[in-house]
Amino acid sequence: MAEILREHVLPKDRFVQPGPNALIRCVGLEKWYGGVHALVSVDFHAESGEIVGLVGDNGAGKSTLIKVLSGAHPPDAGKIYIDGDEVQLRTPKEAMARGIETIYQYTAMVPAMSIARNMFIGREPLSRFKIGPFGLMDRRTMVDHATRSLSNIDLTERSPDTPVEELSGGQRQSVAIARAMYFKSKLLILDEPTNHLSVKETNKVLDYVLSLKEQGIGSIFISHNMHHIFPIADRIVAMARGEKIADIMKSDTSIDELTELIV
Amino acid sequence: MQRILKTLLSRPEITAIIMLGLVIIGFTLYAPQFATYANSRVMLFALPELGIIVLGVGILMIAGEFDLSVGSVFALVPMVIVVAVGRWGFDPYSAMALGFLAALAVGYVNGWITLTFNIPSFVTTLGMLFMARSLATVLSGGFPPPFPSELPIAVFVADLGLFRSSMLWFVGFALILGITLHYSNLGNWIFATGGQQQAAADMGIDTRRVKMACFMLCSFLAGFAGMITTFRLRSALPSLGEGLELQAIAAAVIGGTALTGGIGSLIGFIVGTGLIRVIDNGLVMARVDANWFRFAIGALTIVAVILNIWVRNRARRMH
Ligand SMILES: Nc1ncnc2c1ncn2[C@@H]1O[C@H](COP(=O)(O)OP(=O)(O)OP(=O)(O)O)[C@@H](O)[C@H]1O
Ligand SMILES: [Mg+2]
Repeated sequence: MAEILREHVLPKDRFVQPGPNALIRCVGLEKWYGGVHALVSVDFHAESGEIVGLVGDNGAGKSTLIKVLSGAHPPDAGKIYIDGDEVQLRTPKEAMARGIETIYQYTAMVPAMSIARNMFIGREPLSRFKIGPFGLMDRRTMVDHATRSLSNIDLTERSPDTPVEELSGGQRQSVAIARAMYFKSKLLILDEPTNHLSVKETNKVLDYVLSLKEQGIGSIFISHNMHHIFPIADRIVAMARGEKIADIMKSDTSIDELTELIV
Repeated sequence: MQRILKTLLSRPEITAIIMLGLVIIGFTLYAPQFATYANSRVMLFALPELGIIVLGVGILMIAGEFDLSVGSVFALVPMVIVVAVGRWGFDPYSAMALGFLAALAVGYVNGWITLTFNIPSFVTTLGMLFMARSLATVLSGGFPPPFPSELPIAVFVADLGLFRSSMLWFVGFALILGITLHYSNLGNWIFATGGQQQAAADMGIDTRRVKMACFMLCSFLAGFAGMITTFRLRSALPSLGEGLELQAIAAAVIGGTALTGGIGSLIGFIVGTGLIRVIDNGLVMARVDANWFRFAIGALTIVAVILNIWVRNRARRMH
């Protein structure tokens, strides 16, 4: 297995290099989970407004990489630069404050909570009544913005008070994307957003990612389905066993070549 | 119309409210002494002491954790206060501060052990149930210590006619905690933490601190309630509040709080407490053997959960 992979690894000097204005750039990321070396000296970057497809077999380290980028799991070594400045992303809040929004497949939303409340978890708009970081939520603002976001994603028939558990998987994904749009992120990270979605719902998610690109918001898009990634990505990054094994412009490769590389 | 009905049925406390209504009507019809001023007084005298505990237990359950040690803390805190004044020479207010500090410490330890070693709070607080009870007994020295007369009893249990001043404390706590739980950002974090901890953490909420705060609140309120009961009885008993933890959890569950976390409401806590108190009292008024009380509470708990789940599913299918 390892030999086969190694044969297909592109020479490192053929990896796409970051431009001078890369939105995010990481050098030499390392991450250990106990004895598991989940990230092995990974270099990664995303230009602003670029859609990067992140592919690789199960356990390749894709989720680990994006957890580092989203501040959920700090790296053991390596440097991260956002807009050219070196940053420490110790918590998700720090990453969000720098315009990086992440959407996870299963845990993007709290099922029993309403759409409006979900949209603002951890970033609730507060009314005049507040003490330090705590205060009464400005429900009016929350409902207004949730309603507007729902109409952006064609979910107008749903009230913002609807519990998220009543939405389909695709609708939840849409709400999560609407949330990221609302908070004006610069980079959206989506970990397997099309898992378990119907063809129609999948296309909807892909369309959102494309329309975000039109607004200048880039994405990192993880999927096992090359047919979801390939049509929308500008560039493909492949990982295996914690290492980056390919970083190539879409125009320089094909679905078949990539499939062969990672399977 | 459909929408209003759906909103109504989606409320976690809805079945408890209906059951409370039915139980009150039932006892009023069958026990002539039930709906009298004198009997209402009896019920309202006892309500706050359980109710204050349920507030803490219920909020902790919404955050996704359990506390079985509240019955023991209920005995430990007043024991600390009484012993501190009677034997260690503390003035009453320092003694009360010491008692509450002990309560917060128990909550901190409950939370710290649960979250650091990542074990079920059921286990941690079961252990604490024994340890705190043991401490209370050791402190008492084997027999109830004399009750110091200088403790400010009136502030907490003065007879105000229909209710005692303990009711004002209960209403105060309920208002503050109700507003916090349902209208503040902190409340949103509590629901998110219990509803889907990973999602809450991914959105940048410090779920560990949220849970820690809820553990400490829960212990504090249990100790506070124990102090009220002790002041009312004018005696600190090491055996006070045995089995109370289960009554408190039953009240929260009857009021629509989900055992799995993330669902519950302050009105539910109050109505759940009310149901337990009304049934306790109503059975006596209806001249039923008092030993049936626990049977009734047990059956009610099971029925309430079944109804809650059924109603919630029905509401979800409506449009
Ligand atoms: N929290 C964790 N604790 C311990 N090991 C972990 C943890 N998260 C990931 N790992 C390990 O790190 C390695 C990389 O996992 P990761 O989740 O990044 O893979 P992935 O590429 O996202 O795979 P998949 O396509 O299955 O989601 C795996 O060997 C995994 O078992
Ligand atoms: Mg993954």
